[in-house]
Amino acid sequence: MRLSASNLACHRGGREVFAGVSFTVASGEVLAVTGRNGAGKSSLLRTVVGLLRIAQGSLTLEGGNPELTIAEQAHYLGHQDALKPSLSVAENLEFWTGFLGRKAADVAAALAAVGLDSLAGLPAAYLSAGQRRRLSIARLFAVKRSIWLLDEPMSTLDAAAQDRLGGLMRAHLAEGGFILAATHGPLGIEATRELRLGEVGSALAQPSASSPWSAETKAS
Amino acid sequence: MTSLGALLIRDMRLAVRVGGGALMGVLFFLVVVTLVPFAIGPDLALLERIGPAVLWLAALLANLLALDRLFAADHEDGSLDLLLMSRAPLELVVAVKGLAHWLTTGLPLVIAAPLIGLLLNLDGAAQAGLVLTLLVGTPALTFIGLIGAAIAVALRRGGLLLAVLVLPLTVPVLIFGVAAANAVLGGAAPFGTPFTILCALSLASLVIGPFAAAAALRQEIE
Repeated sequence: MRLSASNLACHRGGREVFAGVSFTVASGEVLAVTGRNGAGKSSLLRTVVGLLRIAQGSLTLEGGNPELTIAEQAHYLGHQDALKPSLSVAENLEFWTGFLGRKAADVAAALAAVGLDSLAGLPAAYLSAGQRRRLSIARLFAVKRSIWLLDEPMSTLDAAAQDRLGGLMRAHLAEGGFILAATHGPLGIEATRELRLGEVGSALAQPSASSPWSAETKAS
Repeated sequence: MTSLGALLIRDMRLAVRVGGGALMGVLFFLVVVTLVPFAIGPDLALLERIGPAVLWLAALLANLLALDRLFAADHEDGSLDLLLMSRAPLELVVAVKGLAHWLTTGLPLVIAAPLIGLLLNLDGAAQAGLVLTLLVGTPALTFIGLIGAAIAVALRRGGLLLAVLVLPLTVPVLIFGVAAANAVLGGAAPFGTPFTILCALSLASLVIGPFAAAAALRQEIE
């Protein structure tokens, strides 16, 4: 399985976020998308799963299921955790495993994998930021999909949870999946290649200190 | 499809949990209808005459209450991204959310209507007619509302925009719903004609609503 992008560009709000981005990821590989805030890391991931329109360039997946789109074969872990505060931890995960389909592990096993099994009955409203993150990571474990698109997966996780996620990612790679991760820090996986955004797209000006908007126009 | 079943169960669960819209809709309906006799006074003949119209107006407004959170809540917590990436067609996902909304907001109104009809001095036949018109008419309110909910998804305080967008579109439903209910009360018009048109409005909105809402969501989510 192999995902390749050539000369990809993305526009948001009439402004170019990135352009001329090309990369290839194949089974067993991790591509870390790095770059300063606003370089378009999140936008790149959202473009890959079709949540943003491709302004230019193309995206091809070889070796996947030809009847499904990239988004339908991918797990997308965004900034937001996609959890409902009034549902319990187990109910939240049950919903996503039911909705995403093709269960790989039952809910209890997936919760155990992220260390939340003792909180299964607790409403998600009472979870801390790191626990919420772990609950949404449990989704990756519970439903098998070979493409993982992770947006800052390590943020808010403590050291133990980061190790655990590293373990999940290594197991995923060993099973022939691949990972595209927007990140600022190390992912804890040796064979990580890096795609630096912000230097490829020449149109991306560095935020000037004089403009109060430029630094926060699009948080990555 | 299991994914759509899971979505239906989740949305219904959310509606009946704390902060959900299910109970709020019925209570609002109850409060509005209860206030009318106090405002009008104990004129039984007048209450009986305007009863169906009051119930229909209250149902329309109660239906709007939970509608503005229908997609906005999923948009805010990131669930909508995953719903958009789903293997199930977005139109069906939207339709299932509409169905869950109707089951938790529209259907309780239909069930509560006979009780509330007592307050407006409606007799048995009138109540039956009213319940029947609400049963076939409220799905139209929900599925027309889906379009407005999808358009207002990314806006903060989109509820007001939703009301402005949706209420004019529900005028035909209101006209024929009240006309059919009045016919049961012995009005000049026959029951069959407005009732059939009401059914037609519901069926048409069942088809058009999900497609229009899905198209709006695809445009909006950028």
